[in-house]
Parts: sequence; structure tokens; C-alpha cells
Amino acid sequence: MTMTAAPPTPTARLTRGKRTDPRSAVFAAALWLCLAAACVFLLIVLATIVAKGWHRFDLDLVDNQPSRLRPETAGVQSAIFGTLWVMGGTILLALPLGIGAAIYLEEYADSTKWWNKLIELNIQNLVAVPAIIYGILTLAFVVRGPISVGAVVIAGSVALALLILPVVIITTREALRAVPREIRDASLALGATQWQTTWRQVLPAAVSGIATGTILALSRAIGEAAPLILVGATVFVTVNPDGVLDRYTVLPVQIYRQVSLPGIEMEQLLWATILLLIVILLLMNGMAIWLRNRFQRRW
Amino acid sequence: MTTGPVTAGSLGAGSPPPAGPPIDLSTRRNRVGERIIKVLLAGSALLSVAITVGIAVALLTPLTTFFSNVGLGEFLTGTSWTAGFGDKSSWTDKDWGVLPLVLGTLSTTVIALLVAVPFGLGTAIYLSEYARPKVRKVLKPLLEILAGVPTVVYGVFALTIITPILQDLVGVEIFNNLSPGVVMGFMIIPTVASLSEDAMSAVPSALREGSYALGSNRMQTTLRVVFPAALSGIVAAIVLGISRAVGETMIVAIAAGNQPQFTFNPLVGAQTMTGFIAQVASGDAPQGSPVYYSLFAVGALLFVITLVINAISIALVRKFRQAY
Repeated sequence: MTMTAAPPTPTARLTRGKRTDPRSAVFAAALWLCLAAACVFLLIVLATIVAKGWHRFDLDLVDNQPSRLRPETAGVQSAIFGTLWVMGGTILLALPLGIGAAIYLEEYADSTKWWNKLIELNIQNLVAVPAIIYGILTLAFVVRGPISVGAVVIAGSVALALLILPVVIITTREALRAVPREIRDASLALGATQWQTTWRQVLPAAVSGIATGTILALSRAIGEAAPLILVGATVFVTVNPDGVLDRYTVLPVQIYRQVSLPGIEMEQLLWATILLLIVILLLMNGMAIWLRNRFQRRW
Repeated sequence: MTTGPVTAGSLGAGSPPPAGPPIDLSTRRNRVGERIIKVLLAGSALLSVAITVGIAVALLTPLTTFFSNVGLGEFLTGTSWTAGFGDKSSWTDKDWGVLPLVLGTLSTTVIALLVAVPFGLGTAIYLSEYARPKVRKVLKPLLEILAGVPTVVYGVFALTIITPILQDLVGVEIFNNLSPGVVMGFMIIPTVASLSEDAMSAVPSALREGSYALGSNRMQTTLRVVFPAALSGIVAAIVLGISRAVGETMIVAIAAGNQPQFTFNPLVGAQTMTGFIAQVASGDAPQGSPVYYSLFAVGALLFVITLVINAISIALVRKFRQAY
């Protein structure tokens, strides 16, 4: 403390500059509060779901079918099987098409050509199209109209596949773009064709990124109710679907239907169904994060 | 294929005759498989264009029937919407003014933005300029979960948890636009935050260092240097948030009720465009009925609105990408 009387040295001045004035402390606190508010909101939502849902979070939920007469032991088995069937179809439709489109745009297409630019712009736009519009599209072409399969499992799969297709394309492209140019060059220099290079070198190198993006896209589809309301998942279904041409319901639509049903047992069943859906989603999200951290390669 | 060495016969049908030079680099081998694969891949990319065309066709075809019974002027300027009432097969006993639905969408969207923009931007600034990398690595997945909770769950949460609280605080009706608007706002925070953070992280650190060198502190640097430099990206994030709010269906279908009302008052329930589509779809409207056609008319309006919003967002993102 011998320096107090002396004029501050350059070092001391720099240290003093670091000291925060009250206004910027308030600013930093406000920013922190914004983030805290978002996190607290999420925690309240999750805590509410657990607190209200765990009473009925038992085997009845999985074993039994929906019932208005016995809400205290009713389950959502048809919705669980419906979700599995619909998601299976969605995976089979969206993954090959989405990954194929991404490979074309990233590995084959000349991005200076106008038609390729058009495809890119179009995909950017499709990502932000409201989910319910995909329901209208499927209603007009698949449920009724040219194909007219009716309100069955495959219609739900098509609606959700259309919904997540742009997301799958965009995340797959990002994963492919992360693979260094040199790997492709080396493979081509050794005489491999473009497809051999893509199939044996680029795709294996990008597979964890593709898997992460795909799981996140599927977790969006599994919780989506809006387009499925339009393609017939609202019906009160108490049998499990046996094929892609059977009538169906899914978990989010089951939740939507149960909201308007009265009674304390119904409400408990509703929150238990929500808890089940959230558990599935958190498991999928956790798997995506684990995949990203475990297999992410840095070149 | 038990023979060890590669013979001419084991190569594909398109391989050159063995009489020529061993490897001929001058001619391209005609690989049919490669070309088929390329066509298949291009086909799956073109499918995305087909989807857009399909959306346009699906929405526009029923419009001819709708607008042969309802005037375009009445649809776009009328202040009463009673499509769900009266005789199911009659066009004439209903009011077809879409403005109440548009106003319902507008009020929930504005409320959602009042929540999402300040909180989202605050979060983005904190993550981009203040948080240490370790903190960021923990918090970003948490925000992803906030965006990943199904909207139908948020709808139930709004109706059964938030609405009773608001009833005590400000006396809202059971179905109102304030509660779904607020919940939707929290749902959109990650959308606004994540894109704004990208925009601010893309600002070169040389700009920040220049600002610090001139003696400004972190707050001044953030507000006067980083924020303006990232502005077009931030606006694009907000615009994308608007598009999410306009298109959101389940939260408003559950918590805002099914009454189309020509009002901006958030304390009462006013059905939104998406809410109407969901209501008609759950009621199993008979094909060919006026209500069935009105579903497509409202859907087309919704699509056009989001298309314009998206175009603005895409243009802004391009602008900020070219900035540095």
C-alpha cells in the first residue's frame, strides 16, 4: 500500500478498468436473470409433470387400453403401439429420402446452378412451414384425394415424414460438411468412384452427426400432434394397430383428447401419459447428446 | 466368385475389352450404377420441391370452390366468423370474415413475442458474451429441451397451471389468449436465443478487442459494438420466432378456446387460425361441406403469412452472413 499517493502505474490503471461500474453489474445480472427464467420455467414444467404424473405411472398405463368407464385403471396401450407403428413408417420414409437428398446437395450438386439453389432455398423455407400445413397436405393427397387410404397409420407416417424431412436434410448436410475434403480427395485419387467414396468414406465418417440430427428430428415428430389431428388420429381407438392400413392413435393426440374429459382419475391418467411421453423424449435427447459427445470427431 | 485373381469376366458388363491397354485413363468408363445412384439422390432432393408444389396444389384447389361461394372481400375484411355454427351444408347462413381468427393469432403472437424477445435476447447475450465455455456447454442442451417439450404438453400446462394463476392475478376467463401466449413465449425463447447467439458469435473478435482497447467495458462493447453488428441476424431470429408463434397449433387449440372473437383483449379467449383448423379437423368435417373448404382457405392464408415471414427471415440471414 505504499503506492497510494503515487500516480497509478499503467498496470494499476488496467486493473482498475476491469472493475465493474454499477450499471454494467445490473446489466449482467439482468442477462443472467433472463437465462435463469427460461431454466426455471423448464424446471417448473418438468416438476409439475412428475408431481402430477407419478401416481398413475404404473404398468396399467402400458398394459390397458383407453377407457372412459374405468379411468382409474385405463391405460394408453393403443397409443403406445400407434406411436411405434407411425414412427416406424416415418423412419422408413424420411431417413432414406432425407439422407439421399443431403448427399446429393453436398456431394453431387453444383451449387452454382440455379436449380440447386432453388432446392436449397426451398428446403430452408420448408423448415419453417407450420406443422399443421403438412397435415393439410397429407389430408388432401393421402387420406383423401388421389391415394385415399383413409385415416390410417401410413397417413400419419407420411405427415410426420414430410414434417421432419427438411430437418433431416439440413442436419445431415451439416454432418457431411464436417468431413474434411482430404478424405474425399484421397479416396478419389486411389481410383474409387464418387459413390464408392461417399458410401465407404464420407458416410461412415459422418454417421454420428447424422444419427444425432436424426434422433432430434424424430423426437420432434414423436411429440407432434397438430398434423396427426388432420389425418385421423383423433378417433377413440382401443385396439392396437396390426399394420400400416389400420386405424390408429398416438400419444400426443391421446393427451389432446384426454384434456377435455372430466374427472380426477382422467386427470391423473392425462398427466401420467404426459410423463410417459416426456420420459421417452428425454431418453431420446440424452441418447443424441451422448452420441454427440462420444463419437464426435474433430479433424 | 471363387477365383482369386480378377479376370475380365468378373468386372462389370461395362468394363473395357481386355485387348486394350491395361488401364486406359483417357476414356471414361460407363458406370451405369453410378448414374442410377446419382439420379436417385437427385430425385430425393427434388422431392422437397414436389412437397412445396403439393402444398400449393392442396391448398389452392379447394379455394376455387370456396371463393365461388364466398367473396374474397368478405373473407379478408369481414369481422365475423361463424363457420362452425348453423346448418352443416349451407354456405349462406354463416359469416365468413376471417379477421377474428387473424386477430386471435395476432394477439397470441404479440404476447409470445413480449416474453420471447427480451428473455431470448438476454439469454443469447449472456451465452455469447458473458458465459464461460463450460457453462455454455451445460446450458445449451437445457435450452434445447425447453424447445423439445411437445407443444401439446405446453397446452395442458397453460390450461391447467398458468390459467388458474392468471385468473387470480388479472381475472382472465378459463379460455384466454394471455396464458397460451405466455407459454408459447417461453417455448420460443430457445429459437430466438440460439439464432441470435449464432449471429453474435459470428461477430469477429477484432471488433470487441478494438472496443476494449478504446476503454469501453463489457456492457458497452456488447450493446454498442456486438449487438449492432449482429442486428440483422438477431432480427432474423425474432422473425423466425414470429413464424413459430403464428404456426403453433396445440397450445392455442387447448388453452385459447374455440370461440372466434373480433377482439384484441388477451383476457378473453379468441380462436386463432391454427386453432380453427384443429377444431374442424377434430370434429371430422364431412368432405365437401362448407366448413371443410373453409379449412383450406384458412390454411392457405396461414401458409401465405408464414411464407412472407420466412422470406424476410431468409433474406436477413443472408445479409448477416455476407457482412464479414
